[in-house]
Amino acid sequence: MVKKPEKQQGDPDTTGHEWDGIEEFNNPLPRWWLWTFYATIVWGIGYTIAYPAWPGISSATAGVMGWSTRANVAADISQAEAANADINARLAAVELTEISTDPELAGYATSAGAAVFKTWCAQCHGSGAAGAKGYPNLLDNDWLWGGDIEAIHATVAHGIRNEEDDDARYSEMPAFGEMLEKEEITAVTNYVMSLSGTPQDASQVEAGQVVYVDNCASCHGDEGLGDRDQGAPNLADAIWLYGGDYDTVLETVTYSRFGVMPPWTERLTEAEIRAVSAYVHQLGGGE
Amino acid sequence: MNYFKLIALGLITLFALIGANYARDLAYLVNALTIALVSAGLFLWVLRNTDEPVKQVDLSGEYMDGVIRAGVIATALWGVVGFLAGTFIAFQLAFPGLNFEWSQGLLNFGRLRPLHTSAVIFAFGGNALICTSFYVVQRTSAARLWGGNLAWFVFWGYQLVIVLAATGYLLGATQSKEYAEPEWYVDWWLTIVWLAYLAVFLGTIVKRKEPHIYVANWFYLSFIITVAMLHVFNNLSIPVSVFGSKSVQVFSGVQDAMVQWWYGHNAVGFFLTAGFLGMMYYFVPKQAERPVFSYKLSIIHFWALIFLYIWAGPHHLHYTALPDWASTLGMVFSIILWMPSWGGMINGLMTLSGAWDKLRTDPIIRMMVISIGFYGMSTFEGPMMSIRAVNSLSHYTDWTIGHVHSGALGWNGMITFGALYFLVPKLWNRERLYSLSMVSWHFWLATIGIILYAAAMWVTGIMEGLMWREVDANGFLVNSFADTVAAKFPMYVVRGLGGVLYIAGAIIMCVNLYLTVKRSPAVEASNSAVPAE
Repeated sequence: MVKKPEKQQGDPDTTGHEWDGIEEFNNPLPRWWLWTFYATIVWGIGYTIAYPAWPGISSATAGVMGWSTRANVAADISQAEAANADINARLAAVELTEISTDPELAGYATSAGAAVFKTWCAQCHGSGAAGAKGYPNLLDNDWLWGGDIEAIHATVAHGIRNEEDDDARYSEMPAFGEMLEKEEITAVTNYVMSLSGTPQDASQVEAGQVVYVDNCASCHGDEGLGDRDQGAPNLADAIWLYGGDYDTVLETVTYSRFGVMPPWTERLTEAEIRAVSAYVHQLGGGE
Repeated sequence: MNYFKLIALGLITLFALIGANYARDLAYLVNALTIALVSAGLFLWVLRNTDEPVKQVDLSGEYMDGVIRAGVIATALWGVVGFLAGTFIAFQLAFPGLNFEWSQGLLNFGRLRPLHTSAVIFAFGGNALICTSFYVVQRTSAARLWGGNLAWFVFWGYQLVIVLAATGYLLGATQSKEYAEPEWYVDWWLTIVWLAYLAVFLGTIVKRKEPHIYVANWFYLSFIITVAMLHVFNNLSIPVSVFGSKSVQVFSGVQDAMVQWWYGHNAVGFFLTAGFLGMMYYFVPKQAERPVFSYKLSIIHFWALIFLYIWAGPHHLHYTALPDWASTLGMVFSIILWMPSWGGMINGLMTLSGAWDKLRTDPIIRMMVISIGFYGMSTFEGPMMSIRAVNSLSHYTDWTIGHVHSGALGWNGMITFGALYFLVPKLWNRERLYSLSMVSWHFWLATIGIILYAAAMWVTGIMEGLMWREVDANGFLVNSFADTVAAKFPMYVVRGLGGVLYIAGAIIMCVNLYLTVKRSPAVEASNSAVPAE
């Protein structure tokens, strides 16, 4: 249907006004438009009767449906809590080592623990638990404070080097920049690198070993295998928390490191702490 | 008169320099120096023109088009700047490495994002609204702009707002209120400029030679008045120091959130909807050369729209600290708003009845039609997303971003491009545009760009909404937040490509408009103010 743009046969009347060549037809409101508009108004009145809507002086109408977002969310939470109450009680009471041997408990703890982990732990350890610089990788079998379920549980519950929890795991590496000469630090850095790979300057390794034995071996061990009782990392396994390149190791020796993890007993229930411990334990490195 | 100006400008320069001297932060310092520079420049300019002979010419019978020409240029330029910023931050989201180390605290996503939103809404959209409203109100009132050079004050004052706001964002001055980020002194200046704008517009309507006020002017006027009110209330704040950019909001907590979204939603409703409907009501019938479809519909949908829009803000705060009753009312008014919004779409589209064949021959009409189409689509999508059950899925996801952009790129962008294509030959007295095929290229690039953008955001928005709420058999969440971010990557790249297409179209437009002014054959000027009847 091709029409010409000029005044056409069958055009309705205009209102008679004109502005800069623009006229207006005197068409009525489209019926479907008007009735849909009325329908939304009628629906709106009905909806505001059914749901909380009209404000008064000190409160608002509550709606005949008795609907409330806060009541809904409270009901959802208590429903979920009721559904899991029995198994949570069992999880909190059982011996930690028995969690993995009970298939029902293990399955529940893994999915509950995954949810806890993604909410509270992923920020530092990554959503896949692979860690980041300064935040341990939880997928491997290299543990700072121990990788059996009891050790993991203690770490999660009390945290590391925090001030909130008296039972937090605690150790402190000295900043050797204040205690050793520059040459000694570069030497021991080269020695530490040689334990798991290639030092930057092989000629310094021998001198570095002397420094190491005098200053570092008491915690990290004569062979650099670390000490889990003190959270002293294994230096011989080529797994690095902060990085194994020369500059980073030098920085670690000079200024030391002080990684902190919060305690979770205040924020999570015992069942949740056990669940996330079981989840971490089964990621691959659990002992 | 000039002596008063000199005293005022001198004092402003002095105070700005004192402010710069005592500045407590970098953003304030840069803004104060900008103001000092501008007012000192104006001081010299006024001084040089003082006591020069003035040619007395009676211009009252001619339309004032110089300021509109400046507005057209500003619209096109700010548009490109805003689109560039948007495309860049889209790629920053896809490839976080684009937040370079060296540019932290200056060009990282957090600093550029308000720059993008303000540049497209207020610099591009605002200039488009101001210059088209000046054009339309003169033509449909058959009167020259009221207030003489006050219109120029509005134009340059508004550009100063943009520059102060943009440099402030990059240097970290922000109220942290979405779309109302500029700090207190920029707010005060904008209030002055905006009241001058209202005076020019209203003054012109008052001295009109037509018996009736054309519908486009109702929309423009409602936009100017409401934005003034929204701006003042949402920006009520107390400066921490006269010599610093930081201020503290008067409202706090949920009241502050409610005022902010009352403002934010009506920035959409009155800035991006009512104002641009004013544009639509003039340029569509002009370009189609057909009468407006229905006068009755324009009255009813105008009053319904402006009455209902103002209540819809709470739908931005579903499932928050906002009381349920306010959230219900926001949703109900949003849904009743559906038909009043569509009244504008019907009036726009049906104005083309009898001229549909022009879609084949006139790419400008095509641009206007698709703009109205996107308007209709997003004013359906909006009420739908305001429904609490839908909102519980869509809120905080990219679906919202997609919704905003189908409105902004589709409706606001395309109708503005159409208006610019209409205006440039008229304002520079050219016979026609330089190239219609370039308009066609612009049309297709922009349209495909919008589709890529909106489709990518629908997919990624609904996906992340579903991922966030996914729970396993025991009721535990399945995905972490970072999992949803990782899953969105491909759609983020598609969105960025959509932006590239859209900006390519806008650059073609700028070239076309430039060549129209430079190369198209000239015609005799026809800007004398003669009533239609």
